[in-house]
Amino acid sequence: MTERSVKVYPRFERFWHWSQMLLILLLLFTGLAVNGLHHLIPFGPAVMIHIIAAGALIVLWIFAIFWHLTTGTWVHYVPTTQGLLRVARFYAWGIFKGEHHPYRKAYWRKHNPLQALTYLALKLVLFPAIWITGVAYLSYNFWEEVPDATFWLTLVANLHLLAAYMIAAFVLAHVYLLTAGHSFVAHVKPMITGFDTIDLTPEEEAYLKADEPGRLRP
Amino acid sequence: MQPHMRRTSWRALAVCAAILAGALVTGGSAWAQTSSAPAIPGSGSTADHSAFEVLQKDFASGAEVTEACLSCHTEADDQVMHSIHFTWEFQNQTTGQLLGKRNVINAFCGNVVGNEARCTSCHAGYGWTDMHQSPAEQSVVPDCLVCHDRSGQYTKTATGAGNPPLDPVKPGTQTITGAAAWPVDLAKAAQSVGRPGRENCGQCHFYGGGGDNVKHGDLSSALIEAARDVDVHMSPQGQNMVCSDCHVSNQHDWAGSRYDVQVIDTEGLGMPHQRRDVATCESCHGTAPHPATLKGVKLNDHVNTLACQTCHIPSFARGGVATKTFWDWSTAGKLKDGKPYHEEGFTQSDGKHLHTYLSTKGDFEWGENVVPYYAWFDGQVEYTTADQTIDPSQVVEVNRIEGSAEDGKSRIWPFKQMIGRQAYDAGTNHLAYNHVWGPTTDTAFWTNFDWGKSIAAGMKAAGVEYSGSYDFVDTHMYWPITHMVAPADQALDCAECHAADGRLADIEGVYMPGRTPFSTAGVMGLSLIAATLLALAIHAFGRLFTRKEGSDHD
Repeated sequence: MTERSVKVYPRFERFWHWSQMLLILLLLFTGLAVNGLHHLIPFGPAVMIHIIAAGALIVLWIFAIFWHLTTGTWVHYVPTTQGLLRVARFYAWGIFKGEHHPYRKAYWRKHNPLQALTYLALKLVLFPAIWITGVAYLSYNFWEEVPDATFWLTLVANLHLLAAYMIAAFVLAHVYLLTAGHSFVAHVKPMITGFDTIDLTPEEEAYLKADEPGRLRP
Repeated sequence: MQPHMRRTSWRALAVCAAILAGALVTGGSAWAQTSSAPAIPGSGSTADHSAFEVLQKDFASGAEVTEACLSCHTEADDQVMHSIHFTWEFQNQTTGQLLGKRNVINAFCGNVVGNEARCTSCHAGYGWTDMHQSPAEQSVVPDCLVCHDRSGQYTKTATGAGNPPLDPVKPGTQTITGAAAWPVDLAKAAQSVGRPGRENCGQCHFYGGGGDNVKHGDLSSALIEAARDVDVHMSPQGQNMVCSDCHVSNQHDWAGSRYDVQVIDTEGLGMPHQRRDVATCESCHGTAPHPATLKGVKLNDHVNTLACQTCHIPSFARGGVATKTFWDWSTAGKLKDGKPYHEEGFTQSDGKHLHTYLSTKGDFEWGENVVPYYAWFDGQVEYTTADQTIDPSQVVEVNRIEGSAEDGKSRIWPFKQMIGRQAYDAGTNHLAYNHVWGPTTDTAFWTNFDWGKSIAAGMKAAGVEYSGSYDFVDTHMYWPITHMVAPADQALDCAECHAADGRLADIEGVYMPGRTPFSTAGVMGLSLIAATLLALAIHAFGRLFTRKEGSDHD
């Protein structure tokens, strides 16, 4: 096994990640203003920015889904039980004992099992929830003729809010876990440069050298 | 060639300038001499009424002028006599109630019957003195001049049953606007006639309830020459529109009714010269009035829920004229040394002091730039007419606003909420008629200060049964707000309503973002965030505490 600096986050993935981060923060900020929780931005501009940012995020998601499907990177999110308990045990126990993180990144599997499961849940449950409730909320005037429209709108708006709070909770945990295991910088840097330190078998190294030399740093 | 041409053109220019200057001077002075009423734009008539011989005579009465008008306008009297301006009667087709000034009791001076010549001073006719007879039955002649005078010097006396002050005017006589009366020159008025200006309609409609803006709140003398931010339509700096530009008429029948309000107009713009029956905002601005931008589309989403007026009239009684917001009749009649007195506890923004107590009328409160009361409104009002039984332990709604979020025909409208305390028959629990005005009677309240006599006389005048005992009850009366539209940039900010304690905090049947940040979902969400933060803090604390025991990092 050799430790090499391997590109695990291609340019689009990094662009997707950071623009999604900015849009989600903007949406949380403006959304909670529209919700009335804070008044750091006036209601009207908050609504406008929220709608525009939501539109931009939906477009970004469409591209990201297309990217995952066409590049085969969706396999990173396939859930596995292998090592799941060990990772969970590490965060719950081992981390306090000064143990090393049990997961070693592979260049074809960049997330640990717990991480992959969390991201999968985010992509399959929370993001669709916010997406569907948000579009239904925004397009209220197209379906307001249905019986009890006000009840349904109230429900949709509250589900949207709840999904948003759950995403906010994810963001908090996500940022916190950047400090666990490696240093904060060591965690963030790969998402900027694209390169992370990965253990490679001789066969993997030979393959990358021969077929994808751009993914290896000298 | 060129220098010569230039000289010629200079000369031509000088001649043109001289003609133009002459025209301006003569035209300007001629206008100043013939008219003191504000000019109505675009009303160049094909007829100069001062050229008609039938109008060049010494009229002895208003009725004689009307007769002269009818010699050409043969159908005008018939049209006017069928209009609400003349009948003061409105049969509500939806509720079946017989309304109109002739029939209702309001929260201001109460009732017309028994107080005729004072109240009918604003009747569009001459000499209607008995509510038991229709003006037609009483052979009342319609008053053309009150609406069509453009000389600016026609008026009616405050207590003359619609008649104008004529030479010689009895000292102390007042006009319907409360000014000291002057002798009206009927011939001059007759020769000046044209389309009604704001001041024509305003003489009555701005002074309802006994003074400037007392009654409506959104109709005051401030609209005669309004600043643009007071009324974007009527201001000379805005569209300079007159009342009848919106209240379009068809054979002297006007669009727009407070008894039967068209609260939503899904038809919008009509073709030119169609639709003479609506005074709605949509009839000019369309049903999607905001521009086709993201913001405009979002604002257009509001139009089936909110009346245009709700956002575009941020407050009423603007422009420096206050409106009466509270009137307690029960305190009227107090005397000092046996004499009536008054208090002037309210100072209007123009420095004018307004009565806050009158022995004749009781206690008042006033307001300027008043935030409206908002309610779902389907356009119908159910009046508490004198035959309805009230519950004196509750506030009586003098005119109950109908409408709800669910009925599919209501919108949220702004209202002036008039808070009153007025007399009722404590035996029958019916609102009472009172006799307030009557200088020659020994029962009129304003001259005798005796409620018992006043109410007994009022009930008798109205021809209804009276138990003999009276008391006072708290009342609310609602006046739809639709005038004093502000320029677009002064429309209500979103947060005026989209806030926890916003203007629509009490409106039911609608979901409004921004109103309930701490709904069940909101509290659940915030709890989730708090729990997450707590868990992370415990985790972080645990790591800090155990850090020394092992290397934190490879």
